[in-house]
Amino acid sequence: MSALTVITPPSERKLKNHVSLTQSLANSFTMAYRGLLKIKRTPEQLMDVTLQPIIFTLMFTYIFGGAIAGNIVDYLPTIIPGILVQTVLTTSVVTGVQLREDMDKGVFDRFKSLPIARIAPLAGALLADTVRYTIATTLTFVMGFIMGYRPGGGFGFVVLAGLLVIACSWAISWIFAFFGVIARTASSVQGISFLVLFPLTFLSNAFVDPKTMPAPLEWFANINPVSHLVNAVRDLANNGTFGADGWLALLGAAVIVAVFAPLTVRAYMRKA
Amino acid sequence: MTTSSEWAVEAHGLVKVFGDNRAVDGVDLSVRAGTVYGVLGPNGAGKTTTISMLATLLKPDAGTATIFGHDVAREQQVVRQLIGVTAQFASVDERLSATENLVIFSRLLGLSRAEAKRKSAELLEEFGLTDAAKRPIAKFSGGMRRRLDLAASLIAQPPLIFLDEPTTGLDPRTRAQMWDTIRRLVATGSTVLLTTQYLDEADQLADRIAVIDTGRVVAEGTADELKASVGESSLQLRLADPSDMEDARRAIGAVLGVDAVVSPEGSRITAPMRNPDAVTDLFVTFREAGIHLTEMSVQKPTLDEVFLTLTGHGVEDEKSDAADAAESERVDA
Repeated sequence: MSALTVITPPSERKLKNHVSLTQSLANSFTMAYRGLLKIKRTPEQLMDVTLQPIIFTLMFTYIFGGAIAGNIVDYLPTIIPGILVQTVLTTSVVTGVQLREDMDKGVFDRFKSLPIARIAPLAGALLADTVRYTIATTLTFVMGFIMGYRPGGGFGFVVLAGLLVIACSWAISWIFAFFGVIARTASSVQGISFLVLFPLTFLSNAFVDPKTMPAPLEWFANINPVSHLVNAVRDLANNGTFGADGWLALLGAAVIVAVFAPLTVRAYMRKA
Repeated sequence: MTTSSEWAVEAHGLVKVFGDNRAVDGVDLSVRAGTVYGVLGPNGAGKTTTISMLATLLKPDAGTATIFGHDVAREQQVVRQLIGVTAQFASVDERLSATENLVIFSRLLGLSRAEAKRKSAELLEEFGLTDAAKRPIAKFSGGMRRRLDLAASLIAQPPLIFLDEPTTGLDPRTRAQMWDTIRRLVATGSTVLLTTQYLDEADQLADRIAVIDTGRVVAEGTADELKASVGESSLQLRLADPSDMEDARRAIGAVLGVDAVVSPEGSRITAPMRNPDAVTDLFVTFREAGIHLTEMSVQKPTLDEVFLTLTGHGVEDEKSDAADAAESERVDA
């Protein structure tokens, strides 16, 4: 009976009623490790992040390139950052959907009964999903490069642009995680999320110049945080600069996390 | 010794309401440390909800509960360090292997990578799962899942373990293995609180039993005490002529000195049989009264009888008592 040894009585145990920051981080990383293992076990769930960047980049560039920029190569500096932001943001919806599916499983009951940080199962899942964003980001840039995109900022700034998109998508995935926690079914999470995501990504400067839109749409496209993110990526990748748009994108990301992370954890604990 | 170490669980007036369903309606439980406590009840009696509240998975709407003296509402994290929960439905990750599951839970509980690996291997060995360690859980049988689930609850060697219907759906052999494991667990000093639908399981394992029904504890005591109140066995009779029913009941009351219960369909009659000797007299009485039987059998107490006896009223009493509609629904089920 090797594993079943005499237990320590409760009075002789060191017990504490709070979770330290170090433990919260350790718990979150363990949960992220679990997320990565799951991706490893079911690689088919990476279909969207591998195929979508390839198909969307090809489609949008060749369909709109001639009409908008006169030719394909001139359109690339505009469309690649746009498509990058759109693709990676779309990918972050999956975070909410998978969280919902995961929470319906018995294993979440065990997580709730363990003396771990309450935020860990959520933070871990979101952390593991940055792998997905990284794949989507890399593939989009590679597709662009194959089609003739030569970003003026050079490799270093392209990497920075990619990191900015990944960070912002991680922030936005908290919104979808919140939907994931409060919704009753995975498909409803998908429904609500795309309802939010489509106007946000298309009513922006991702594909066309907002000046060509009707006034109300142009106004929205200009204040849309997605437009700032797209601009920031263009600045970084094409010119190697980081300006006001970049700061606004980061500020927006921080605000989203500050609002939705506590909301999501609270909703998660109430369901607990 | 303080009271906090004497009592593993102390619950007073626990209430949980879902919508207008009072799933748990004022449950009191006291479980002494180092014992096995059985919570016995049918589906929907409130067993799982009670455990969920004690295990900090659900917040009680009213009442208090302490685990080794620590309040489940105010000291949740402390309570979680003292308990292991094995839920009714396997709470392990289907897509991962047994080892991966255990390693992740171990890491979450603060074990180092090497410790986690060693502990997982030990537990898999202990529960006879070493051969299946690398297979995804999705391919596990019901019994293997339960064992893995229990193994996962034991990583931190918690002094109190909740087992929610540990053997429901298992075949007799696997069930016996699970009983064996639970007994060995108690030998290490653990306190076990288990729920079950099976009277014999509670009988086999539990030092004390609470019978719970429609969210309330209807009886509490040792297995012997409960059995004594039910009668060791019961006598089941089917009458040739249902119109003799009242006479038969009266005869049973007079000869055996117990209240007989008439089955819902009205043709079968069940009486606790405390003194098998007196049954001969009963049959003589029946013959004298011209009551004919088509069938007779002796049955060991089933959960139905426990409930019928412990809730103190048979089906017929309730038919006349329309206010207790919910109760009669339970009996029929």
